[in-house]
Amino acid sequence: MHVFANPTRFLTIARPLTPWLFWCGILLAAAAIFIGLFRSPEDYLQGDLVRIMYVHVPTAWLGMAGWTGILIASVMQLVWRHPLAGIAARAIAAPGALFTALCLVTGSIWGRPAWGTWWIWDGRLTSMLVLLFLYLGFMALAAASDERASIGRIAAVFGVIGAVNLPIIHYSVTWWNSLHQPQSITLSGSTIDSAMLWPLGLSTLGFSLIFGGIVLVRMRTIIANIRIEARLRRMAQG
Amino acid sequence: MKAKHQRLTLAIIAIVAVIGAGFLALYGLRDNAALFRTPSDIAADPLPVGQAFRLGGMVADGSIEEQADGITIRFVVQDAEAEVSVLYSGITPDLFAENSGVVAEGALDAEGVFVAESILAKHDENYMPPELADVDMGREPGQ
Repeated sequence: MHVFANPTRFLTIARPLTPWLFWCGILLAAAAIFIGLFRSPEDYLQGDLVRIMYVHVPTAWLGMAGWTGILIASVMQLVWRHPLAGIAARAIAAPGALFTALCLVTGSIWGRPAWGTWWIWDGRLTSMLVLLFLYLGFMALAAASDERASIGRIAAVFGVIGAVNLPIIHYSVTWWNSLHQPQSITLSGSTIDSAMLWPLGLSTLGFSLIFGGIVLVRMRTIIANIRIEARLRRMAQG
Repeated sequence: MKAKHQRLTLAIIAIVAVIGAGFLALYGLRDNAALFRTPSDIAADPLPVGQAFRLGGMVADGSIEEQADGITIRFVVQDAEAEVSVLYSGITPDLFAENSGVVAEGALDAEGVFVAESILAKHDENYMPPELADVDMGREPGQ
């Protein structure tokens, strides 16, 4: 990882990688949504309702993957003082919050016809809402830090502590009885039929690439801002 | 180098402590975080008549019957060990069916019948095309 400790070296890779992530992601996600809406089978129980899964599941995965990224970046900043760790954590927070919010919204839209309610305070829904609040808190803490390149020690510690919510979200449907159904995809296999599973995988991959593209763009923006500020400071002094 | 190792050790200790604290909190929450009571919970620990709670379980096979007034239904919610009769007047969700999960809000009456004010359908984690579901009809419901 220390190969990327030099932002210039990071940029030489990030700059050409960004459009690739975006275009491949948009292509895959669009194809997956088309297949999900028109080419995949309907569900034996839910009929066409199941098609919202092709958006709901990727957003849930990215909401949680985002905080996993914040956890890793926070530890890298606290322990190794990696110069890009804070920038990465800052860059992940907003899209992570966005995808968590999308997960809650699509879940609510799915819940109304399938369960009969927009919202219920069960373990899964509540812990996912907590994740959204954690993102908002993290963004506020990171913004409060004086440093542009790091997120500050308090935000990094918050990033580590907040990660406790990730296993809670994952196991909420196992530990407590809930309205949300248990995990479909586990280490021992999937209870989603393969005709629905592969478009779901495609969609998850596509949205993940888009997420990666957003993170890289935001990291490049933060680095550019830091450089502009440094240059302005030099000009003001000279 | 020394300082880095010190920070790493501190970080690992902090992470272990935070995970420990999380599990302690969850252990304390255990029953309170459950969304509903199952029929066996009620058999083991009956609630006073009229106290509102959520009842969850499977709708027993062949148990849904429409009452004489035309809007009230009666059905049995069961789990592996116990069952509770439920009365409900109103519109049920589309996925409400026999051999399927249900979460009902309401309270027990004097005869031990659960009078529901609202009903939510709980589906399981299986997703498959209708053709495949027909093939699988022989399997036990709720698996």
